Amino acid sequence: MYRYDELDQRLVDERVAQFRDQTRRFLAGKLSEEEFRSLRLRNGLYIQRFAPMLRLAVPYGMLSSARLRKLAHIARAYDKGYCHVTTRQNIQFNWPKLEQVPDILAELATVQMHAIQTSGNCIRNTTTDHLAGVAADELVDPRPYCEITRQWSTFHPEFNWLPRKFKIAFSSSTLDRAAIAVHDIGVHIVRNEAGELGYSIFVGGGLGRMPMLAHKIREFLPELDLFSYLESILRVYNRLGRRDNIHRARIKVLVKSLGPAKFTELVEAEWAQLKDSYLKLQPQDLERIKSRFDQHPYDSASADDGSYEAHVAADGRFASWAKRNLRAHRQPGYAAVFVSLKAPGVAPGDITHQQLDALADLADRYSFGEVRTTHDQNLVLAEVPKKDVYAVWQRLAELGLATPNIGLLTDLICCPGLDFCSLANAGSIGVAQDIFDRFEDLDYQHDIGELKIKMSGCMNGCGHHSVGHIGILGVDKHGEEWYQVTLGGSAENDATLGDRTGPSIARAGIADAVEKLIQVYLEQRQDAEETFLATYRRVGMAPFKQRLYGGAEAEVESEVAA
Amino acid sequence: MSGFIRDGRLAENDWLSLADEAALPAVGRVIVSLKRFRAERAALDASGLAVGVRIPNTDDITALAPELNGLPLVAVEIPKFADGRAYSQARVLRERFGFCGEIRAQGDVLHDQLFHMQRCGINAFELRADQDPQECLHAFSDYSLAYQRGADGVETVWQKRRNLAA
Repeated sequence: MYRYDELDQRLVDERVAQFRDQTRRFLAGKLSEEEFRSLRLRNGLYIQRFAPMLRLAVPYGMLSSARLRKLAHIARAYDKGYCHVTTRQNIQFNWPKLEQVPDILAELATVQMHAIQTSGNCIRNTTTDHLAGVAADELVDPRPYCEITRQWSTFHPEFNWLPRKFKIAFSSSTLDRAAIAVHDIGVHIVRNEAGELGYSIFVGGGLGRMPMLAHKIREFLPELDLFSYLESILRVYNRLGRRDNIHRARIKVLVKSLGPAKFTELVEAEWAQLKDSYLKLQPQDLERIKSRFDQHPYDSASADDGSYEAHVAADGRFASWAKRNLRAHRQPGYAAVFVSLKAPGVAPGDITHQQLDALADLADRYSFGEVRTTHDQNLVLAEVPKKDVYAVWQRLAELGLATPNIGLLTDLICCPGLDFCSLANAGSIGVAQDIFDRFEDLDYQHDIGELKIKMSGCMNGCGHHSVGHIGILGVDKHGEEWYQVTLGGSAENDATLGDRTGPSIARAGIADAVEKLIQVYLEQRQDAEETFLATYRRVGMAPFKQRLYGGAEAEVESEVAA
Repeated sequence: MSGFIRDGRLAENDWLSLADEAALPAVGRVIVSLKRFRAERAALDASGLAVGVRIPNTDDITALAPELNGLPLVAVEIPKFADGRAYSQARVLRERFGFCGEIRAQGDVLHDQLFHMQRCGINAFELRADQDPQECLHAFSDYSLAYQRGADGVETVWQKRRNLAA
């Protein structure tokens, strides 16, 4: 966990005071609805279908036990007892009262949290790998780089009024777990041939109504030049990004319309002016940031006493959970424990105040007081000694947080949908529930293997449907909820956008449709090792389409509608 | 009557912002559009008036800068408060081209935009008519420090850390 210094803290405290004053002026009628809107959005406050929604930043997904307890307290004191993990590793409260938001932000500031720039047309929270610092395939820990990017982007005077929102993600591993190809800027931390540390820079990826994959615009940027290069990209975008049409305003549209080569040329010309300026970092700047991250006193010698293997052998339920919900830790004797927020009867990503408090206790006792959020809407206790995994599992099971489904069909991600969001065309949570009910049988899920279902209630794509192995997108058809299905998307190294199966499908037919797709996969796969995605890539759309629509698309659609 | 702020204080707006078709006054200070400035350069030079130029927020400031340097005033446009293009123009004009005249914001200039504007090098503000000028002055002290270097000369968090370590 990064610990704020006095300067970081002062800025967050001053933000609370500023927003308190803005709220006061709004309530006194001195700020118009439209003007206050843009200010409250920059503090994460949306006015939703039924109530305000407050989105808090969880920089690169890191939560301490103190933060978890504070979230639990806020859920009790200001909300309905729970909160929600988003697909960008942030936390949302669905029922705060507008006039209490300054108080909530003041409470958050006491645990070094805030809601700065979690919405609005500005630079959003920086995200990264949820296994940062523990993954075996990692070059360096990306979190200090995310932290300096958080600081650089916080209240950036030039880039607070961009054409559209702007999202940056870092990856430092062989396997990209941060989906950098679908971000406005994706930064891949690399070494060049000379062994120097730096970054490959990708620009112009994004989901939403025009999903696109990012272009690599620079093979290698030296480590200390990060700020000047980011400023160059943002400056070109701030000047040339479209402001006349909200649906054409993301940087991906600019990159596409100029062409990646021309866009790169403009960025490089700007960078030539900035690279040797005061924006260049000094090595000590980075060292100071790194030194403010807690160092964990690993004790590999006593972390694994052999009891873990014994429990796996003796307890089948534990063994199947461990098979799905544990990941390797690069430190011998430790494991990363995934806490599934995808249980039957619960909206994906929701967590109650009791669960938050209990997780804080688990984190303190077993995982250096830290928990991470994932963009798949789960949590991770990333550093648990193997000898303690059984005890952690027992407690998680009591809490309803041990569904053994990480990476499986029911570990689906979804946006809040029509139940909460004023943008949505269709519900997502109910559909998630239908799918959950249909595939409750865990043995069947295990047989199906790795499968990412991603669902959004509208084209804005908060549920990342375009990069789901199976993507489900809610659309409005004459006031009814219908769903478009896509196949073959991926947000990892092999990033791909999904292909549409055909006409949209009615709400009542979605669980059936998913089941048909699964049947085709099980029939077509070469063996149990071939995943859904690999099978789709090999056999293509035809057999799936045939099963879904029976070769008579329009007819089927009208039948389903009836 | 709209409020006017210069260098962090309420001030009298002593420049006349002229529409393109408006006649030049006999004496005083005028702000004209870039288009008019280019079209009537000789007449303006001969008029004895102090002349400032209003630039479109869509223009590339690096191309304009040679023309603007040496002028006593450049006005940047804020057509809507959510349009951030002028922030980049002002910052580049100050930082890269060392422009030392007045940079003034015109248009949808609101209380909650002032802090960032002045950090980008805008030092004069024609407030929108409904803004309370006295209350707007508080905006300049919204924050006592910053991560980014700005035209206000406030020492950045990075510099403070370096100094603390030295």
